[in-house]
Amino acid sequence: MTKKDVPPRWDRRMQQRLARGEAAALGELYDRFASLVHGLAHRVLGDERAADAITRDVFAHVWQHPDTYDPKQCPLRTWLAALTHRLAVQRLRTAETAALARGGPGTTEDLERKVRHASVAARADYIVQSMPTPLRAALELAYFQRRDYRQTAVDLGVTDDEARRRLRLGLQLLSTAHDAEAPDTPPGIGGAA
Amino acid sequence: MSGHRSEPYDGREGEAGPAGPLVLEHRVLKSLLGAWALAACSPAEAEAVEEHLGACGPCADEALRLREAVGLLQRPESLDLDPGLRTRVLESCLERRPPRIPVPEWAAAYDAETARLDALLQDFGDAEWHAPVRLRWYEADEASTRRTTVAGVIAHLLAVDGLVAVALGLDDPLGDVRAERPTPAARTEAYWRASRFPPTRSVRAPWREQSHHLVRTVSFTGGGTGWLPVSYGDFELPLHDAMLDRAFECWVHAEDIAEAVDYPYEPPSGRHLHGIVELAARMLPAVLEHRRLHGLASPVERRLVAAGEPGRSLRLEIEGSGGGEWLIPLDSPAAKGSAEHEVAHIALDGAEFCRLAAGHVSPREAAVGQVGDREAIRDVLLAAASMSRM
Repeated sequence: MTKKDVPPRWDRRMQQRLARGEAAALGELYDRFASLVHGLAHRVLGDERAADAITRDVFAHVWQHPDTYDPKQCPLRTWLAALTHRLAVQRLRTAETAALARGGPGTTEDLERKVRHASVAARADYIVQSMPTPLRAALELAYFQRRDYRQTAVDLGVTDDEARRRLRLGLQLLSTAHDAEAPDTPPGIGGAA
Repeated sequence: MSGHRSEPYDGREGEAGPAGPLVLEHRVLKSLLGAWALAACSPAEAEAVEEHLGACGPCADEALRLREAVGLLQRPESLDLDPGLRTRVLESCLERRPPRIPVPEWAAAYDAETARLDALLQDFGDAEWHAPVRLRWYEADEASTRRTTVAGVIAHLLAVDGLVAVALGLDDPLGDVRAERPTPAARTEAYWRASRFPPTRSVRAPWREQSHHLVRTVSFTGGGTGWLPVSYGDFELPLHDAMLDRAFECWVHAEDIAEAVDYPYEPPSGRHLHGIVELAARMLPAVLEHRRLHGLASPVERRLVAAGEPGRSLRLEIEGSGGGEWLIPLDSPAAKGSAEHEVAHIALDGAEFCRLAAGHVSPREAAVGQVGDREAIRDVLLAAASMSRM
């Protein structure tokens, strides 16, 4: 049995199995990524049903077009996050535009601001989830558990210096969530649809 | 302690004069920017940083960026996905593009139940993994129990699912561990004994990997291998029934786990529950026969019934989602259930019937509506409970 499949190999095999039309592979894909996909969609749309619908669309897309994913380009996880992000933002924009057309409150600028805000929030979530565990753990302690950096250092068993480094680096990574239109962001995850 | 608190900073990084402000070098100030943005440094350090920001453009820019980034930190969304969503999403996908290699219908309940249990385990911390669980079943018509932990239950599922893995020619999760007998209980005890430490959360990955592997393998071997025999030591089940049995066990033990950690847990979907009830209903005549041979069921004025002929029957009516009606031949597994020869009728809820068959409710206490031959009813309820095992 393949005990420790390194991600790229897992991604490649998954893509082949999906392409072959193996229903069991679709189930495994769902089991691994549904909470990521649903969580991101929910962050953008703020609505359970809408997030359910995006989850369905994302998996349907992968199942119907497995060849649109290229394992050489990026990890499957990144690609799925990008796809989720794109579909969720699209849905948000469509819904907001329709509301506006019906004479709802706000302006097109408000709409764009709202879309951008949701988009950045979802990207930030993804960055936090994907950053190296030591950085995430440091942020978790300092922000959610209100530990100062010296206590954080003790909790993590590292020097004060290292704790400061991790907090700063973690926030630096997180701040790239604002760089939506940067050209070198992973495919799709940057573009707000 | 309090003396320590009022002067928490020892000046290792710079010099804190008794009265004057903290003086830190640029390198240290820069390294403090993250902690500062998170309000995770001392007031003296924060003051030093802010003082510096007024004078250093690059640090001021970074400080602003990091402060904004803090605003993006949010509690992760709840990870509790609606378990029904999995079925809906997968079905919708498979409608849009029919699979070339489908999961056989008889493996669908196992696929769904293992996914549901895995989702329950998702957010468990050490406290949950080591929460005590009491496994319950019926042995020789007496309630039996065995203490273990949540992790121990998953190890149990891993060891017994391994019977199916072995039948399919996959690796045995027991590896070199020798069980005294190839039965579910003996395999579990052997697996528990073999590790020097009680099972931990690390058992989740191999259990999940094996369950995925089983679903995948039976998909490839396809419908044709549904009759492949799976040995449980004392008896055999054809593969398609073994997969239903494993789905049943997975649900029952997921309920044990959920109860131990005080989480809600629903019965399987109606379609899957129906399959499980039907398996139990199909097995009942053979179980009754076995019990009669061992003097555990009333001998009754047993009329000889030719194979395939209608015989005295009990009507088993299962109410609710996944329900249905079954005529259980009472005198011989070879006889045909017959409405004309119906001598008793019991009615109960599907989940209640499964709990009875799992040994989680006593045959005397099960909520059963009953009419007719009381002895036949007693025999059937005891037989149902006797199907349970560790």
